[in-house]
Amino acid sequence: MKQAKSFWGFLILAVVFYAVIQALISFNILDQFYENALILMAINIILAVSLHIVIGITGQFSIGHAGFLAVGAYVSAIFTMKLQLPFPLAILAGGIMAALAGLLVGIPSLRLKGDYLAIATLGFGEIIRIVFLNIDYVGGAAGMQVSHMTTWTYAFVCLVITILVISNFTNSSHGRACIAIREDEIAADAMGINTTFYKVAAFAIGSFFAGVAGGLFSHNFYIIQPTNFGFLKSIDILIFVVLGGLGSLSGSVIAAILLTIISTFLQDYADTRMIMYSLVLILVMLYRPQGLMGTKEVTDYLGKWTGGKRGDSNGNQNIA
Amino acid sequence: METKTLLKVNGAGIQFGGLKAVSSVHMEIHEGELIGLIGPNGAGKTTCFNLLTGVYVPTEGEISLLGERLNGLDPYQITRKGISRTFQNIRLFKELSVLDNVKVAYHSLAKHSMLSSIFRLPSYFSGEREMEDKAIEFLKIFELDQFKDEVAKNLPYGQQRRLEIARALAAEPKLLLLDEPAAGMNPQETHQLMELIAFIRKKFNLTILLIEHDMPLVMGICERIYVLDHGQLIAEGTPEVIRNHPKVIEAYLGEEVH
Repeated sequence: MKQAKSFWGFLILAVVFYAVIQALISFNILDQFYENALILMAINIILAVSLHIVIGITGQFSIGHAGFLAVGAYVSAIFTMKLQLPFPLAILAGGIMAALAGLLVGIPSLRLKGDYLAIATLGFGEIIRIVFLNIDYVGGAAGMQVSHMTTWTYAFVCLVITILVISNFTNSSHGRACIAIREDEIAADAMGINTTFYKVAAFAIGSFFAGVAGGLFSHNFYIIQPTNFGFLKSIDILIFVVLGGLGSLSGSVIAAILLTIISTFLQDYADTRMIMYSLVLILVMLYRPQGLMGTKEVTDYLGKWTGGKRGDSNGNQNIA
Repeated sequence: METKTLLKVNGAGIQFGGLKAVSSVHMEIHEGELIGLIGPNGAGKTTCFNLLTGVYVPTEGEISLLGERLNGLDPYQITRKGISRTFQNIRLFKELSVLDNVKVAYHSLAKHSMLSSIFRLPSYFSGEREMEDKAIEFLKIFELDQFKDEVAKNLPYGQQRRLEIARALAAEPKLLLLDEPAAGMNPQETHQLMELIAFIRKKFNLTILLIEHDMPLVMGICERIYVLDHGQLIAEGTPEVIRNHPKVIEAYLGEEVH
């Protein structure tokens, strides 16, 4: 099976890539700064891919994604800091709670379409943030102290799982049902697809992984505050997806990598940082309005080079 | 020989606010029939289709398929019960390949669950392979298999229409609704379409209800015709009867001046 092959190819590449980076970190060739940048990159990729399934695949324009990141961040922090439970369990719990929040938000709001849905999800995202702001148990506005537990290993394992799950979902009949909804909801309905179910399912899956990213995020920064999860954070994630190309998983991954690198290196130029970042966005949108990858996947191009291995987007091998 | 009644529409209609778009429509379609639904622009033909397929919920009357009430079901549930349709303005999944367009229609028959897809369990592989084989077989019947990897929006117009009909049939309907299948086609394409309709009807043992403005096509292939005007049925009968029906002539050409 072609797909089985590219699955193992992806896994082997992932393991090799992980081992190389881990070795570099162990031998202190990559210092703390780089390790942190890599972890941040992994978190951003997870976020981008988790929003990609909602916007790129199912075509539901959601701009409240930071809300689910916040749920994952806070819930996992409560698990480790207040309940003294192990970190992996906390990440999982963060994901599950975020998925539940996703169901709660998705079921009423996914009846809406286009701009209306965007505004509704924006509202829900803000509600989630303000709820945390007002809970004293998690520190309110002052924030919550979290110990640093996220390592390159945790981040990378979560990243690989996220990409595998979402690309496997996309390349199945269920993923096709979601793409059909994106292409034409009325026709999808007329073809016997339960559109509400798939919209909510995609939303919940996306929220789950946003929650996982939240767990990694909160244990990477020593402190989490509601202000970390505002509207602008949602927009940051949205930019990864749009810049990468709506509908392209590898596009989201590449955009998340590029923008993380750019903003990391621009930290030295604090005054002009946002201007340069915005310029990059404007230039890309001017010259590639369809996004970096359009709707294509990296494997589509690989297929052209090696002759005919087309149509499976399993191997987003360049998770640099 | 009397055949079984497939679709029964009993006084169905819909009101949008104060506007009665369609009212008290009675229809009875038997298994294996090919029925035409005609009427001037704005008569409510497509609204009628939308009532049958669940896009709109009728505000009056009842619609039933093989004795089963359809009122209030969602469109996807009605499709699964056996009514499938095409659209007036083609609604293909434009960015999907021709093959995937057909596969989407098979989705409700998928045996593998979402979890088995995510974890790539054996049922995923067998389910997807079965779907692919079936879809390719299906495209061969419609002579579209040569385009299977083409993105749907790149097909020529006539082939897009063909693909839309193929997709609707892939959902394995008992009753197929065609909304102006010949719209925008040249005479040669229309002729091919008539042959296609006759062919699928025989091949799939299908009942068809079609909306059409192309009178030679309707009169040429339909056994019975319903005529709608201002949301109401004004005539029903064989093409012969319809052609000479005073109300139909009035609706299309205006009242005779004395």
